[in-house]
Amino acid sequence: MIELQRLSLRAGAFSLRDVNLVVPHGVYGVLMGGTGQGKTSILEAICGLKPVASGRVLLDERDVTRWKPADRGVGYVPQDLALFPMMSVRDHLEFALKLRHWKPAAIADRVAMLAEVLGIAPLLERGVRHLSGGEAQRVAIGRALSFNPQVLLLDEPLNALDERTRDRLCALLRSIHSEIGLTTLHITHSRNEARQVADRLYVLEHGQLSERPVEELTRERTASD
Amino acid sequence: MSDTGKAKGTDRGWPGRRVGSDWPFLLVITAIGGSYVLLIVALVAADLAYTSPAHFAAALGKPEIRYAIRLTLISCTISALLSVWVATPLGYLLSRFSFRGRWLIDTLIDIPVVLPPLVIGLSLLILFHLRLPGGNLEQRLQDWTGIRVTYAEPAVVLAQFAVACAFAVQTMRVTFDQIDTRAEQVALTLGCRRDQAFFLVTLPQAWRGLVAALTISWARSLGEFGPILVFAGATRMRTEVLSTTVFLELSVGQLEAAVAVSLLMVAAAMIVLGIVRLLGTKVGR
Repeated sequence: MIELQRLSLRAGAFSLRDVNLVVPHGVYGVLMGGTGQGKTSILEAICGLKPVASGRVLLDERDVTRWKPADRGVGYVPQDLALFPMMSVRDHLEFALKLRHWKPAAIADRVAMLAEVLGIAPLLERGVRHLSGGEAQRVAIGRALSFNPQVLLLDEPLNALDERTRDRLCALLRSIHSEIGLTTLHITHSRNEARQVADRLYVLEHGQLSERPVEELTRERTASD
Repeated sequence: MSDTGKAKGTDRGWPGRRVGSDWPFLLVITAIGGSYVLLIVALVAADLAYTSPAHFAAALGKPEIRYAIRLTLISCTISALLSVWVATPLGYLLSRFSFRGRWLIDTLIDIPVVLPPLVIGLSLLILFHLRLPGGNLEQRLQDWTGIRVTYAEPAVVLAQFAVACAFAVQTMRVTFDQIDTRAEQVALTLGCRRDQAFFLVTLPQAWRGLVAALTISWARSLGEFGPILVFAGATRMRTEVLSTTVFLELSVGQLEAAVAVSLLMVAAAMIVLGIVRLLGTKVGR
């Protein structure tokens, strides 16, 4: 479960005040809102990458507000993916597992399973500089999922992809979610993308975060579709 | 679209004329940039014309010049490695963290860049011989370690390092500025401590910057003269490096030997810089 209680953030001229959010355990939540509203800042605060001015961040009912990012068990896929340019696809999938001192056999099994599910098995030895947009997205998602995080945070992960690849990755995200029931919060601007994955819809407008019925996504068709 | 527009050729976005050739622009920038390359080539060519293989053989035959070559290569390498060792953490700190007084550190680091190198040598000399309770720094160091610094080989390295390190810090800072912090942040969420994120994710990306910092500090150390002369002296077979050899040969009227040594420095610089750059290109791929 992801829970924000009266969370306030400040970053230069930008600030968010008293944001409340609950994404129940095992739910795929989608967060929407205009550009510059602070969606990314909320995700960064959940990860522990952005300091919280006041309020609390709870993950599975534990207060992690003052915890380091490494201790929170959050799988994070940022907007620009931030792959490690000097590493191969395999290195990315192994990265968090080696940090946790997994045994080599367990690492090999986990990497093989992730590569199979994400469809990147033939790319394992390739450097990430030589991947297409869709392949890079899969690697970033695999890296975030590799260590069995308790929550998954996706910041516009399917941006800059063609519609077909985007639909395929939406289906992949949805199937992974159905398989492992991981609590997920996914930021997107695309109603089509949101419609395909969302169990719950959250909208951030003018600093106010509210939950809306998912049916809104099908009712209000807009040009973004 | 009106007929007038069509007549002028502005219809459907056509510019109405063909743009001119790019050659004048390319010629101008080549001429301006090339003039500097030509100057350097002319300088080396003039030196080459002034000397002969016999002068080289004579210069290389002198044991003091052979000693100077050896001391130059060793001291420049130590100084460059020390510079990168210090510049990497300092450049990272200045690039990644905002803290009170950072402007002061920025300014202090730039002092060796803007000051005449001779002043750095003078300042080092004063630092090591300033009267302190219990003797000056030079005496204390000698008492504790038995190592003499001033007018000895360590002074050569210290004089080179004092100037070269500032250039290495600038290079490393720019390198870290250019590396996106996002990958480091993701590494933190994956379970890294800050030091692990630095060594596993950031530092491998800074490889080219490290090579550049090493190259710049080595080259800067090779060319250092003023601070070495003041702080280490120019004692033959002791603190003589190639830059001071040129000075010493000139001071006794041996112009041919001075030119031969100058060309040796050019060759040493080109070989070392070439090797380091080649290594950097291959590893950085």
